[in-house]
Amino acid sequence: MYKAAKYLPVGDKALLVEFGNSISLDVNRKVHALDRALAQLQLRGVLECVPTYRSLLVYYNPLKTSYEKLVFRLKDVEARLHEFEVSIHRRVVEVPTIYGGEYGSDLKYVAESHNLSEDEVVRFHSGREYTVYMIGFIAGFPYLGVVADEITTPRLKTPRLRVPAGSVGIAEKQTGIYPCEAPGGWQIIGRTPLKLFNPKEHPPALIHPGDTVKFKTIGKEEFEAYVGGRK
Amino acid sequence: MKLFKVNKPGLFTTVQDLGRYGFQRYGVPVSGAMDSFAFTLANYLIGNRSNDACLEITLLGPELEFLSDSWAAITGANLSPALNGKEVACWQTLAVHKGDMLSFGEPRCGCRAYLAVRGGINVPLVMNSRSTHVRGGLGGFRGRKLRAEDIVEGFETERLKKGFRLPKELVPFYYNKLEVEVVFGPQSEYFTNEGREAFLSSDYVVTVESDRMGYRLDGSEVERRDSLVMISDAIPVGSIQVPESGKPIIIMRDAQTTGGYPKIGVVTTSDVSLLGQVKPNDEVKFSQTSPSRARTRLLEYTKNLQNIGKRLLTFGN
Repeated sequence: MYKAAKYLPVGDKALLVEFGNSISLDVNRKVHALDRALAQLQLRGVLECVPTYRSLLVYYNPLKTSYEKLVFRLKDVEARLHEFEVSIHRRVVEVPTIYGGEYGSDLKYVAESHNLSEDEVVRFHSGREYTVYMIGFIAGFPYLGVVADEITTPRLKTPRLRVPAGSVGIAEKQTGIYPCEAPGGWQIIGRTPLKLFNPKEHPPALIHPGDTVKFKTIGKEEFEAYVGGRK
Repeated sequence: MKLFKVNKPGLFTTVQDLGRYGFQRYGVPVSGAMDSFAFTLANYLIGNRSNDACLEITLLGPELEFLSDSWAAITGANLSPALNGKEVACWQTLAVHKGDMLSFGEPRCGCRAYLAVRGGINVPLVMNSRSTHVRGGLGGFRGRKLRAEDIVEGFETERLKKGFRLPKELVPFYYNKLEVEVVFGPQSEYFTNEGREAFLSSDYVVTVESDRMGYRLDGSEVERRDSLVMISDAIPVGSIQVPESGKPIIIMRDAQTTGGYPKIGVVTTSDVSLLGQVKPNDEVKFSQTSPSRARTRLLEYTKNLQNIGKRLLTFGN
């Protein structure tokens, strides 16, 4: 983590506030704190913020503010960021997931490569809470961390052309969920019946940046009940 | 109100407005007209609001049969538009009647034309925008490009009392070589001095792997420093990513919202609009500008676009 955030111009109508150069919960917490602070403070000219692992991209209206003015205001907010960190209301989203078999075709590989049983991998994966570092790649795709060292697994050597919607994957120390069918290289260990992205809802994504996610093991019957809309 | 029927869809014809803002935090690309300047002018020329939805027409245009009387304007690329087989002028109001056939011919200059129709195209608002994101199957006409037999709806509007025409001296011409201004950063320090010099001194060719998501360029490699590890962050429209190959990629409107390649710089807003008219095999050259000069230019550009409505010539009654 940097001692003080870095402020960087991004083109002619955005700026980047960078808190560090690593993927870490401490750095990411700052990003979300600033994001929430800006949502509350409604600073003049701020249009849209995009939180990522270690930085917040702030889009502004150059007719209403300038890079210099905004940096000045943001440094003031940064100085009292701790106020917003403590006030962060953590949303916890539970993600029912069926692991292994046809739903998680790489669970076997992940287990074997760590000399674990499949059940042990599932216990490690569903046994902790994850922070949503950011959403990216495709609409509604949450990047979650941190995965237990015991099941940290590199991406596939050759990405798949089609990963089914709802697939839960591992890539290194991160885990994520595919909101729709897409090509992808993550190790797929399970699937959730939840619909992660719906353009008709507001907001359109079920999981938001900064949320906490917990996976809950479900069986085939429960999975089908969700899919059939009975749950 | 049924506006027109698609007889032939053309190469890649989509409904767009100025874009879908406020949802990048959920991974939703902004989409919207690639050349927002020409798009806005098309609307102004028939008295529409600047954000009313238009058709974005790429290189090979569609054939459309009007199902209602209306007014239209075509701006942007000159793709040889013709009404009932007779060539019509771009950058001015056109009266269209039920049964009229609008077709396009040879692409003369530029890449994307905009067809505005009085009142705008009527497709549902999805996350506050009518823009199509084809990859995400989102917005526009059923989330996809137009196909033959599609029937596109419009809105009932008031009669347009006079026609408008953009003065000749204001009509843009799109060359096969374009120089665009870049604000360096946020990761320009990820590149060696030689790499940055090569970036600014080379002519880059736009490859065929270029679309609404981004333009892959071919030309001198932009050398990266090995020592710095990049962590994925947000990628705004116009940012120039450099992957391991050293060949720059310009991020355009349908690109994903985050990416893991370092960005040497970001193209200024008005030049991003001009990039919307660049087609494969055209050449792009980059020049560096300071954040303060870029700001001055953006303010001028915005003011110019707001005032251009007052400079339109009128005709008819």
